[in-house]
Amino acid sequence: MSKERKMTLTIPREEYMSPGHLACQGCGASLAMRLALKGLGQRTIVCIPACCWAVIDGPFPHSSLDIPIYHCAFETAASSASGVRAGLDMVGDTETTVLAWAGDGGTFDIGLQALSGAAERNDDIIYTCYDNEAYMNTGIQRSSATPIGAWTTTTPVKHYKKERKKDIIGIMAAHGIPYIATASVAYPEDMVKKFKKAREIKGTRFIHVFAPCPAGWKSRPEDTVKLARLAVQTGYFPLYEIEDGEKWTLNLKVKERKPIAEYLKLQGRFRHLKEEEIALIQQEVDARWARILKNCGL
Amino acid sequence: MSKKKEAKKIIFESEKEMPAVPMSLGSMLYNKTGAWRNIKPVIDLSRCIKCGICWKFCPDASIDIVDDWPQINYVYCKGCGLCAEECPQKCIAMVEEEK
Repeated sequence: MSKERKMTLTIPREEYMSPGHLACQGCGASLAMRLALKGLGQRTIVCIPACCWAVIDGPFPHSSLDIPIYHCAFETAASSASGVRAGLDMVGDTETTVLAWAGDGGTFDIGLQALSGAAERNDDIIYTCYDNEAYMNTGIQRSSATPIGAWTTTTPVKHYKKERKKDIIGIMAAHGIPYIATASVAYPEDMVKKFKKAREIKGTRFIHVFAPCPAGWKSRPEDTVKLARLAVQTGYFPLYEIEDGEKWTLNLKVKERKPIAEYLKLQGRFRHLKEEEIALIQQEVDARWARILKNCGL
Repeated sequence: MSKKKEAKKIIFESEKEMPAVPMSLGSMLYNKTGAWRNIKPVIDLSRCIKCGICWKFCPDASIDIVDDWPQINYVYCKGCGLCAEECPQKCIAMVEEEK
């Protein structure tokens, strides 16, 4: 019966990322890049600051992407992309998309001022933050994207992170840029659709991609997609988009949210948490979920 | 893809061979990451329903679609096991690598 069935692909077949790259087994970031480029297509230039992807891409003169890459300094992803855009405009190329591809350290901490500047100027770039919730490339140091309760090498078990994760979407929404979206590697159709949509919009577009990191989260490599899916289903990382800073749309309405414990127990970095602490995290997730529902008018 | 890429490592013997502008000349295909894995995925095609989920989620782009069937590229597969975990039919088995 299955022999006659045709294979129907829900995302574009073109591959702009070649195998042989240097990502760890089960890397969420490499999957994120693969899906993002399926949405953006060949006519893209990507600016990569210091992050995992600066390594994954491979050493000079080799590259694992079929598109031009510009490696820039840690804090300058957004400003480099603005510069590339200005250069393209000078030669009259308006079709090429400029993508800034930074990790959470390069977005939440170090690259925030450049990103804010580009958003304020409304430069015609797509800024993507692939969020693995710590400085994974340099050895799992805490960043301001690290969630509360998490272990990292700079927040060891006895002094685990007590601060909340920075609300980057809120910060970007306050800039009033044309398009903001969150995407998850567990929902490839949604993610490819958002990148396609972003490509057609002019102005600064910000996409926050959830990319689990098995090495840093101390999870099994085969659980990468499962974790990303659980993050959405528990309401920890809701999928939504904001247009013109005002129009909020929830893309995936989760009817029965799963308890956050299900998501936490798959990761070694949360192993030390006790019942009460998990309850506190659950409260915070609930509050954030309620806030997003309110903003989406649901 | 514009042109067929070569799985060849580029080595500069002297400074003169270096291009004036740093740019990517070759592809990472020379790096055969298949040597990284301890367990390898094996697809039982008799139970495959051709959903394409394994292809969709492969972080290494190591699952090709050949004549509508998924085919694992063992030269580059790192053996993460994502395809086996996500397969709705559970028809991908992770078996110990023999060397």
